[in-house]
Amino acid sequence: MKILTLNFLTCARKACKATNAAFPLHPRDAELEIVETDLNPLFIRNILPRIEWDALREICVELGLPTLPDAAPEPAALFAEPIVPADTMQDADEGAEKQPTQLLQDLHRLLLETTIATGKLVCGNCGHEYAVKEGIANFLLPSHLV
Amino acid sequence: MSRPEDTLPPDLFYNDSESRKYTTSSRIQHIQTQMTHRALELLSLRHPSLILDVGCGSGLSGEILSSSAPTTPSGPHTWVGLDISASMLAVALEKEVEGDLFLADAGQGVPFRPGTFDAAISISAVQWLCNAESSEESPAGRLGRFFNGLYASLRRGGRAVCQFYPKNEEQKRMVSNAAVRAGFGAGLLEDDPGTKSAKTYLVLTVGGGELDG
Ligand SMILES: [Zn+2]
Repeated sequence: MKILTLNFLTCARKACKATNAAFPLHPRDAELEIVETDLNPLFIRNILPRIEWDALREICVELGLPTLPDAAPEPAALFAEPIVPADTMQDADEGAEKQPTQLLQDLHRLLLETTIATGKLVCGNCGHEYAVKEGIANFLLPSHLV
Repeated sequence: MSRPEDTLPPDLFYNDSESRKYTTSSRIQHIQTQMTHRALELLSLRHPSLILDVGCGSGLSGEILSSSAPTTPSGPHTWVGLDISASMLAVALEKEVEGDLFLADAGQGVPFRPGTFDAAISISAVQWLCNAESSEESPAGRLGRFFNGLYASLRRGGRAVCQFYPKNEEQKRMVSNAAVRAGFGAGLLEDDPGTKSAKTYLVLTVGGGELDG
């Protein structure tokens, strides 16, 4: 499971939906694996505003990854030249000509190439543990927990 | 031929040999590919997106989503797949698909924070939610949890396209009513209506986007 996905995942239990403690899920006994994939600069530009930066920082600490800066990077820092504002990104090809910065490549490495191969994800509210095996998380709940 | 969802729940039906049969049948692959392209067309994505694939199976649709070929509009996309069948996911794992896979029952909800996905697709899966495998669950309850969870997990202006095989008109109504009750703008689209290859697409919008097609 990509670190990107962990930044969107919450506990599946209905009782946890409304609490802040159910996000992010906390990795335990996690084995990480780098799975290389093609750089997709326009995807990173699209997804960056949706990343919960504080949760990402917290997860990086828990996984023993390098510490991230306090604040999320500005979209303008993803490309070497100034890009069109995000609200006029209809013209998808325009951004493609800009040169991805080191920052964008680092985000790609962290969000899309760093994966949890095995381990557990633990809910901070109810304590439920979701097992991850071969990168696949088991989110099936016994019916009394649904 | 009896419909698989009438005989066994999907996690039992798609055991290892069924999963392999499903994935290697070129006819099924062809139909699934065609329906995925149709769903992508209906989504009208404008840039590389984060997409939820509900009932991703062995990743046949996912491979199209993550393709950088021109036949995948605005791609390559990044996807997350849910499936209730471990043996289907095992086939996806063997194929080293690019999406993240979850063993999960969409009838229990969608475990992602609000506004996560740009879009969602579901190919030939939603009819499974109309079965209840135990007395504690009702089809209406499962459909409700799924569509409520899906609605919340999509961002404003997001879309979902669910191709499914309704057993009859009543089931078609039950599914689309559940989507509307969750807050979606919903339209049912039928390709090749009245023929043996009729295909039903439920096109869903969040936040009153325009429906065309
Ligand atoms: Zn929980």
